[in-house]
Amino acid sequence: MSDPHLLAPEEDALVASDESSVAPEPEPVHRRLGLTDEETERIHRRLGRDPRPAELAMFSVMWSEHCSYKSSRTHLGRFPTEADWVVVGPGENAGVVDLGDDWLAAIRIESHNHPSFVEPYQGAATGVGGILRDVFTMGARPVALWDQIRFGSLDQPKNRFLFDGVVAGIGGYGNAVGVPTVGGEIAFDESYGGNPLVNVMCLGVLRRENLVLGTAGPPGTMAVLVGAATGRDGIGGASVLASASFDEDSGTKRPSVQVGDPFEEKKLIEACLELYDRALVVGVQDLGAAGVSCAFSEPAARAGVGMRVDLDAIHTREPGMTAPELLMSESQERMMVFVSPDLLDDVLEVAERWEISASVVGEVVAGETITISHEGEIVAEVPAPALTDEAPAYERPFGEPPWMEDLWSNTVGFMKTPAVGEALQSLLDDPSIASARWAFEQYDHMLYCDTLVRPGNDSALLRIHGTPKALAVTSDGNGRLCLLDPRRGGARLVYEGALNVATVGARPLAVVDNLNFGNPEKPDVMWQFRETVEGISEACEALGIPVVGGNVSFYNETDGNDIHPTPVVGLLGLTEPVPSRLPTLDRAAEGMEVWFIGLPDVVNLAGSAFEQTVFGHIGGRPVAPDASMARRVNELIRRLALDEVAAVLHDVSDGGSAVTIAEIAIASGVGVEIGYRDWRHLFCEDPHRVVAVVEPEKVNTLVLLAEELGVPVERIGWVGGTTIVLEGPMGVRTELGVDDARTLYERAIPRRMG
Amino acid sequence: MIGVVVFPGTNCERDTARGLEAVGAEAELVWHGDDDLTGVEAVVLPGGFAHGDYLRTGAIAARSPVMTEVVRLATEGRPVLGICNGFQVLCESGLLMGALIANRDLRFISRLIDVEVTDTDTVLTRGLESGTRLRIALNSYQGNHRDPTGEARVVVRYVDDPNGSQNGAAAVANASGNVVGIMPHPERATELILGSADGRAMLESFARSVETTNV
Repeated sequence: MSDPHLLAPEEDALVASDESSVAPEPEPVHRRLGLTDEETERIHRRLGRDPRPAELAMFSVMWSEHCSYKSSRTHLGRFPTEADWVVVGPGENAGVVDLGDDWLAAIRIESHNHPSFVEPYQGAATGVGGILRDVFTMGARPVALWDQIRFGSLDQPKNRFLFDGVVAGIGGYGNAVGVPTVGGEIAFDESYGGNPLVNVMCLGVLRRENLVLGTAGPPGTMAVLVGAATGRDGIGGASVLASASFDEDSGTKRPSVQVGDPFEEKKLIEACLELYDRALVVGVQDLGAAGVSCAFSEPAARAGVGMRVDLDAIHTREPGMTAPELLMSESQERMMVFVSPDLLDDVLEVAERWEISASVVGEVVAGETITISHEGEIVAEVPAPALTDEAPAYERPFGEPPWMEDLWSNTVGFMKTPAVGEALQSLLDDPSIASARWAFEQYDHMLYCDTLVRPGNDSALLRIHGTPKALAVTSDGNGRLCLLDPRRGGARLVYEGALNVATVGARPLAVVDNLNFGNPEKPDVMWQFRETVEGISEACEALGIPVVGGNVSFYNETDGNDIHPTPVVGLLGLTEPVPSRLPTLDRAAEGMEVWFIGLPDVVNLAGSAFEQTVFGHIGGRPVAPDASMARRVNELIRRLALDEVAAVLHDVSDGGSAVTIAEIAIASGVGVEIGYRDWRHLFCEDPHRVVAVVEPEKVNTLVLLAEELGVPVERIGWVGGTTIVLEGPMGVRTELGVDDARTLYERAIPRRMG
Repeated sequence: MIGVVVFPGTNCERDTARGLEAVGAEAELVWHGDDDLTGVEAVVLPGGFAHGDYLRTGAIAARSPVMTEVVRLATEGRPVLGICNGFQVLCESGLLMGALIANRDLRFISRLIDVEVTDTDTVLTRGLESGTRLRIALNSYQGNHRDPTGEARVVVRYVDDPNGSQNGAAAVANASGNVVGIMPHPERATELILGSADGRAMLESFARSVETTNV
């Protein structure tokens, strides 16, 4: 096998050849597969011989950054992952928590950043398909999707193309597969100009008895590959593509992006849910990154067994696929189900009725070796743990970047009060703050008739039909904040999420995180990563929320420029019982009072949208969160929502309280008049602060509850008229018509998209 | 009993059955491969993406075994309703005039919209007064109804044309009014907590038509 001529044909099939640059010394195949020389040496040592081509292919995908978390694993152990209600923590396909009464929720977040940059529609679409499989693999019916997407400025045609394609891909797949997309985030910043971020989160609901794990089961269990046929699309796509940086040649990576088929996935969901309902499977593993290599090795490693696999049994899309191709293919819409032999006929019958293909491709055996044959020959014999648990883990060097001090001292010295009205208008017209309606009206967010709080509010709320329970889900990311202080920034995302779910009456249950970072081989980036993990962990500990799953996306850099560190934190909460009226943004009405909850007199503008949008500035140091204040504010907000004290609850976030108030006025179609003491109060984004709109007769209840919990509250204005009025000290008065504000806010994205 | 047909790719069958049950009707799911609907008094083809909308929206579903039975029921005068994708299937099967093509702006539309009832002599609108305005949910990409003959019987119109439909058609009926296709979803607007309960009136009208149809 060491004869290079023997390797040559495989090599060509594995890596797209580049005719134009025939190098005299071709790079060794392992490097072209993304394995380093040291890693290849390690494989040699573990196997005690030269790896065969198929084995090298398996190692290359399983040991890729995307699948093995080799740069991050040593840090991820920091996350608090335990709580009484955690049923399945990190390490499985999705985290699962207990909702009471034998109801469980499964949640997972993933990134599809690099595939979406190469081919936005299919990259985003297959991201949706992949996250759905992670969730229904656990036995859950996927009930909702969220997307967190970030691009460079919409002034650039390339970014408009990417944004348009990603939104179309999310909608195209999500709508057709029949799972509502009920929210997410949209942000634009130059930092993502060369590397957009496309994250996707999925929530599923299941009965306890339907929970399935990714285990292969005892010897004798059959491995059945169900779903789409395996083809050459996406050979090493997500795993290898997501584990390298971009440069000018990225266009040649297009064949590595997979193509999604939501119809196939819809049938696969229904078939799998029927398998779980009838208890026909012992374990399930979805096929995503690393394809069947992963679907054999992970369940075998978890069960402590080996497997005998026949690649010829795989139903394929095209003839003549080589063993490495079959092992690396990332063709979509496939699942591996592990079935007891006496139930095999039932499983095949279910597959046939749902019109999906099924092939018996392997059998569980004692030991730990995965033996793979192809065309009558053994092409791989690998111990399952060598591919999974024994993947390399790197202690990458990290260090606080020397430029942090400069960044912190780089504050704006305001000589005089800026024009408040102009600033507010700029913020409402900022596509990162403005209405995301252009996108979410392309997503079917109403399917299943359980979306009680729709996109455009702080948190979505999804009813579990036939129960008094509803699930609150939100997600937050903020690259500017995390650049200026990754630890405080990471922590504040958790606090913001917990506050957001409180606005719909929910108690937080679980965090999932998607950590989008630059090149981990740079100490600056590793420091940002480590600090972020620390910040998220501290906040989760302070609020008693376990991390039940996550994803790491490194190498988000183009031509050496790293993105802002951009963790995205998803937070799941439970509201029970669901109040009859929910405090959504559109419920303010003439005569109601406007109250400010939390610390009012704060002036920090570091990392604010105000400084970025109005001055193009980023610098200073954002404040640290206050765990004690957060707990008290969250509890107050939750009770105001559950007891129907507040008509509207909206947290102060991007753009500060000025934007919070304008958004309420726009959504409710009524004017709001407030007073302020210092113009900076209007734009400060400090955490743990909320604007509440309350009917006059409920004000006493609000004040008493706030006193009981020790939360500062203050009446700042009232609802009425047709104008947003901001009344400052010394007679400074800013007015903006609600209709004008709405035009800016609603048109910001559509007018740029044309 | 009302049969709610499930094609591969259908996704509104449970919402539709629940909406019908909420107005007192009896609803059961019917499989696309069934070729005997004995005992079924009326049929709803719910929304979704039957056969992935591949080939042409509704074209494959219209040739399913169950559709011969749907055509029989329609011919007998039984109430037949197609919602969203079901409307597309009814057009493809020839039970309704015209066809549904991509929205004018070539984007999926998902929002509550207002419609006006303009013809009350159908199974969907019998219980309503002409001119009644209802807020129901529009969730479609191929919602633009076109009818080159100009003779399709429009029974519900959009108040503000969202998708370019000819004559503002949100719902179209056959001549005898027992077969109706509607693009927006009445079943998604049956509770105030979902933003509107206006869709109930349509489902009630359909349920009552089932009770009163004598064949």
